[in-house]
Amino acid sequence: MILAYFRSLAARFLDRSQTETELEEELRAHIRLRTDDLERSGLSRPDAERRARIEFGGHERFKEECRAAIAGNFIDILIQDVRFSVRMLRKSRGFTVIVVLTIALGIGATTAIFSVVDATLLQPLPYPQSQQLVSIQADLPAIGAHDVGMSQPELQDFQQSGIFEYVSPAWFDENNLTGSAQPARVRIVSVAPSYFALLRAQPELGRTFDPQHNLPGYLPEVVISDALWKRSFGGDPNILDKSIRMDTDLYRIIGVMPPGFDSPGRNSEERNIEVWAATSFYGPPLPDHPVRNRRNLPTLIARLKPGSTIASAQNQLDGLVASVQNQFAGDYPNGWRVRLLPLKETVVGDVRQPLLLLLAAVAVVLLIGCVNVANLLLARASARTREMAIRRALGAGQNRLTRQLLTESLLLSLLGGIAGIGTLFLAQESLLRLVPETLPRLNQISISWSVLIFALLTSMLSGIIFGLAPALHASRLDLIHVLNQEGRASTGSGERVQTRRVLVVTELALSLVLMISAGLLLHSFWDLLNVQLGFNPQSVMSVRTRMPYPNDVKIDKYATAAQEAPFIRELLRRCRSLSGVEEAALGDPASIPLDQSQRELNGLEGKFFLTFDGQRAQPEAPSMVERSRVTPEYFHLVGIPLRRGRLFNEFDEDTSPQVAVVNEAFARVYWPNEDAIGKRFKSTRPNSPWVTVVGVIANARTQSLAQSDVPQLYLNVYQNPAKHLAIFLRGHLDIASIADQVREQVQTLDPTLPVFGAQTLRATVSEFLLQRRFSMEMVGAFALTALLLAALGIYGVISYLVSERTHEIGIRLALGAQRSNILRIILHQGLTLAFAGALVGLVCALIVSHLMASLLYGVRPTDPLTFASVALLFLAVALFACYLPARRAMRVDPMIALRYE
Amino acid sequence: MSNEAELLPGTLDLLILKAVSLGPLHGYGVLLRIEQISGRALLIEQGALYPALFRLVRQGLLKANWGKSDNNRRAKFYELTSKGRRRLREETEGWNRLVAAIASALAARPQEA
Repeated sequence: MILAYFRSLAARFLDRSQTETELEEELRAHIRLRTDDLERSGLSRPDAERRARIEFGGHERFKEECRAAIAGNFIDILIQDVRFSVRMLRKSRGFTVIVVLTIALGIGATTAIFSVVDATLLQPLPYPQSQQLVSIQADLPAIGAHDVGMSQPELQDFQQSGIFEYVSPAWFDENNLTGSAQPARVRIVSVAPSYFALLRAQPELGRTFDPQHNLPGYLPEVVISDALWKRSFGGDPNILDKSIRMDTDLYRIIGVMPPGFDSPGRNSEERNIEVWAATSFYGPPLPDHPVRNRRNLPTLIARLKPGSTIASAQNQLDGLVASVQNQFAGDYPNGWRVRLLPLKETVVGDVRQPLLLLLAAVAVVLLIGCVNVANLLLARASARTREMAIRRALGAGQNRLTRQLLTESLLLSLLGGIAGIGTLFLAQESLLRLVPETLPRLNQISISWSVLIFALLTSMLSGIIFGLAPALHASRLDLIHVLNQEGRASTGSGERVQTRRVLVVTELALSLVLMISAGLLLHSFWDLLNVQLGFNPQSVMSVRTRMPYPNDVKIDKYATAAQEAPFIRELLRRCRSLSGVEEAALGDPASIPLDQSQRELNGLEGKFFLTFDGQRAQPEAPSMVERSRVTPEYFHLVGIPLRRGRLFNEFDEDTSPQVAVVNEAFARVYWPNEDAIGKRFKSTRPNSPWVTVVGVIANARTQSLAQSDVPQLYLNVYQNPAKHLAIFLRGHLDIASIADQVREQVQTLDPTLPVFGAQTLRATVSEFLLQRRFSMEMVGAFALTALLLAALGIYGVISYLVSERTHEIGIRLALGAQRSNILRIILHQGLTLAFAGALVGLVCALIVSHLMASLLYGVRPTDPLTFASVALLFLAVALFACYLPARRAMRVDPMIALRYE
Repeated sequence: MSNEAELLPGTLDLLILKAVSLGPLHGYGVLLRIEQISGRALLIEQGALYPALFRLVRQGLLKANWGKSDNNRRAKFYELTSKGRRRLREETEGWNRLVAAIASALAARPQEA
């Protein structure tokens, strides 16, 4: 049916030239027959023919009416219009190219950003029925602690509550994979056996865990990723049931996940998991009898029962939480609140606002592009006034002309859209490389159907936006007036010029909004780049290694600080002897300033719940702080100065009393009006020793560039052993070879330890700014494009005004006007527009900048410096754009201008 | 000239159907036939005939074929389809009713009102 319709459509389209000749032939036959008759009645042949033509009437008009009668329906007229439009556009190639390029730029950029938004924010997570997936987050309202993790008994409460189909923690960690030539660090996630059933994920090879399994300790089975299978096992088809050794324990490989499978993590480290291990989260190496208030499990993920919604589940959960708190009141001194969030929210929540900002910015660029094209079309409409009038006089209907013009602009915008998408397709690979690694993208960013449909709709919408004004203007032609004005093509232009002025003001205002947004982002970025770090990243490198964590604590060579200390001392001694190394120190990953890659790991290991000795001056301050473990040399190496007391020294050992160094923010928050030195606190974990503060160091922005006063607690690694280690080196280091040199030293001491993650501290700091830099650069590029387009817009309008007034200027000059007066008149016209645009733009920018307040740092949304300097730059560019045509006006030769008319 | 009348809107189609119902005609022939059967009383703009013809063809009331005219010129000939014949009958009845109604209305005298 549909096929037949299209076939007839195609046939009609192809037949058109034949129909056209037949029509012409039929009308001519009529005239010939009439001529024959008239000739027979006694006229001469030429007279007869002339008479016949006159009697017939408007040849072209009737032809047009016949075409309409033949075509009859919308599609046919459309085809006609398109054919005519193509002819028109081909006649003015330059114009077409400019418009198509402008629109291609706008549509291409908008679609590119949309494809990221689509994959990240719009598409569901790539797991079946993913709307049923939630994350479970716990808060301790009394101390204002958010997302504090769960304890194993709490996990069991949820698993047995009947609210969820499955519940699983996802504990991101690293492990040492040994057995091949080089020990390797693998990214592992410890999950409940129900994890894969929860995600409804199938392996490409073998099987996944039995979701019913519930024995203590770790399952001796692992599932590995496709990447690890290919890299470490050469894609061995008989991989199943083979053993691998991780952290000295043996595991059997039971399955391989397909290549596209990613875990729902917040950053690339958490998503690119290589090994999945299952545990019930009690029994070795974890405690046999886990306690309720020891929340060592990270956020849980869960699948709601079919038919259940987040709201209904939250209701049931609130009941459960209340009864648990009643039953174990002693374990919840700070209250307990449990929230369900869509899993997607926890994965992409952080990037929503920056992404929407980008989409808005690029949409503004597209809009400015449309306004520019509308301006061009209006200018061209002036040149085509006569053509339109003649076509009207020959019988083209008013609606027909409007429709024709709209078809032309739609054709232009679609061509632009196609060019934009085409470029996007070709540049896809290199553009994807620009997207920062930190962006959570479980879905491949690609030009999918939804993206294509978006591009198509955007193209059509822009075509209508920029085509509407010119089309409406053309339909309101005063025929007689235009045709009487012989030779002069530009009348009725008063109204059109008014429209163009409005368009230019719009364009200027939009571009100013974008420039101010970019200016604010640039200003905050600049401030962040220039903050006093409080530490010195110059010529410092960090290299990571990791001690094994065997499930059987008895075979752990590094179980206690006393066992680990000799290794650390010897390693540091050897590192100091490497060429170029001036200082060496060691810490846990949390001590790497501004390191984002181990967020989850640090969040879990670095969280430290405190109780204080005696009455605390500030009982409402959170009793959870960030903690790092370091060797004594650390502070000098990273350049954080001591303010009071002492740093760690060689007498602080496993057997001596535990000591701590805190920063000034910590001292001020917990002991506001007292000396922190000598104060004691301890971990809330059972059997924890008292820790005495021995030193206070200066505040440094090691947690966040934006905040200088995050309370920081440092423990001595010789008293508190760490499994994840970072070796810090300062000196004239050979970045290329230093990782290998450190590896050699580490593996001389213990050949099973992997060495990885070598990075300069400078690189770590700039990675911290990666996402901000990306947003800023993109918005900046859009703003520049917008400024350029707006400048072209105002230039076009002023040029047009000048050419309109050439005659008038000629008269003025002839009558003795000064050339500087002419310049002033023209500039005045341009600057009126610019000031109007600036005024509207500033008001809009004030609104927009408040919406993006959370993306700013150190800059108020109304920052007068940014507003003023951007506005000045803007006016300068506008002035320049007006000056060029104004200069031309000034140089008008009155003789030529007057003779020309 | 004074005894020529402007066509009422919509009546051209009816006249064409009537003209063609008397035998296949080309466009010019239709014009002559209408002049002839109306006693040269109706003024038809010659070109306006063709859009009407095309419209009737599209509506399936007429069908068209190329052929030779009396003086051996190639021309397109129109003839009624059965649907066209039916339409002519209906429209003729409608027209007659209308004319009768208007005539009686116009013949009314003051005392009858």
